[in-house]
Amino acid sequence: MVTVGLSQFLSLAAVLFALGLTCVVTRRNAVAVLIGIELMLNGAGVNVIAFARFGGSIVPGSVFVLFLIVLAAAEAVVALGLILAMHKRLRSVDLERTETLKG
Amino acid sequence: MSIPDLIFYGVSLFVAVTAAYAVFTANIVRAVFSLLGTFFGVAIIYGLLAADYVAVVQLMVYVGGILVLLLFAVMLTSRIEAVARSNRSGGWGMGLLVGVCSGVVLVGLAFSAPWKKVAVLSQAMPTTEAVGEALSGAAFLPFAMAAIVLLGSVIGAVTLARKSGEGV
Repeated sequence: MVTVGLSQFLSLAAVLFALGLTCVVTRRNAVAVLIGIELMLNGAGVNVIAFARFGGSIVPGSVFVLFLIVLAAAEAVVALGLILAMHKRLRSVDLERTETLKG
Repeated sequence: MSIPDLIFYGVSLFVAVTAAYAVFTANIVRAVFSLLGTFFGVAIIYGLLAADYVAVVQLMVYVGGILVLLLFAVMLTSRIEAVARSNRSGGWGMGLLVGVCSGVVLVGLAFSAPWKKVAVLSQAMPTTEAVGEALSGAAFLPFAMAAIVLLGSVIGAVTLARKSGEGV
């Protein structure tokens, strides 16, 4: 039985979220931005499961996190397609160069 | 301090270190492999929180699926010999400021907020059967909608990644 409290699990989730946010804001490679988004989604999942565990009923939280994982997978698939299309058109995955709409 | 506590602190440290390495390394391939450790650690955390089914799904979908997709994206888009500098970054100052501020605020909130908690944690039980009943009962509509979303995302990804001018 784990005796560490809710706050420790929430702190871990917060650290994951902050690292993912840093990654999304600072990176210029599109794949690295995708990595940051996955880190943030993992932090959110840990958060939900921690609340479900310490709030008394684990099953609704589990179902919610299952949908989160499914949507993360769908998002990763579409993002991979977008990155490939971007690489095909621009020969680069540098987000600084996605400015073809600029007049 | 009991053994599960030691596991929690060890795995948390591991998750934080691998995630930080994935964020701060310049080599995108190393970042993806470091993410493998992060996803494994998060699965162990799910197990510690008595969500056994979610832990297994995390291993299957994240480690088995999303990580492979990320590796495909890296291998298909960056020249391997140029991989060391394929991951330049800009705006470290403001980005670090945003990340550190949000992290400090969230961790402070986690310790200072008066969370409502149950007095005694229930015994950890297998959750697979209950999750299956929820998915085929109360949560059936979102379950079916997730199937439609997955179909749409597959079709969309194929359409986006296809060579232009082929077929229709």
